[in-house]
Amino acid sequence: MKTCKEVHRLVIEGQDRRLPLSQRIAVRMHLLLCDACRRFEAQMELLRQALRRFPGD
Amino acid sequence: MADDNFDSELNRLRPTLLRFAVLQLRDEQAAEDAVQDTLLAAFEGRARFAGRAQLKTWVVAILKNKIVDRIRQRSREAPLPEVGEYACESEEFDALFAADGHWQEPPADWGDPAKALEQGRFYEVLELCMKALPENLARVFLMREILEMETDEICKELAISSSNCWVVLYRARMRLRECLQLRWFGEGAEAE
Repeated sequence: MKTCKEVHRLVIEGQDRRLPLSQRIAVRMHLLLCDACRRFEAQMELLRQALRRFPGD
Repeated sequence: MADDNFDSELNRLRPTLLRFAVLQLRDEQAAEDAVQDTLLAAFEGRARFAGRAQLKTWVVAILKNKIVDRIRQRSREAPLPEVGEYACESEEFDALFAADGHWQEPPADWGDPAKALEQGRFYEVLELCMKALPENLARVFLMREILEMETDEICKELAISSSNCWVVLYRARMRLRECLQLRWFGEGAEAE
């Protein structure tokens, strides 16, 4: 089982390149069980959406 | 839209475009030139616009291309500083975690993204946070997220190794997260 520390890095890396399948599975598994990392993932997703819309309407 | 009207609509966007360009080029003159080119291109292409999209969205898309051109030109003329500068301190955020790899303080719930993304003021805070990024982080990160270039392409363009690219992108994302937590989502910050 991966730690939160490993998973937060993989969540970020996953935004910049396609992770190998085994890592994607490991991340998914961890996220299923970990509220904190799920919130982190949601934060990163919000950040991405915000930047794509920047400078706003 | 009549030409005069179109022209004044374009000019109304100028300050926004300029702020956007300065943020990414970190150079007033280069930003001014990019905006000038953009307004000219938009005016010349006004027949193609025909009110299909929002004017601002359309013009920002043109500006993004002009910025990418300038970044390319610049990286040919003046390569970025030594690679070593990027790689250091990948432990910068280690303190967020306990020895066993758990979060010291679990990330906060930022709530429904739509709520933040609909507020104009949110983008101003985001802009402040981006301005606070060191230039070497900002350049790579903005190419990735605002200009939406692929990571491989950015590394190649800036002639930095892909492992440095990952470190830079990681640090930029972590810093922005920290800044938004503090200035928007945190207790006492201004979000509604």
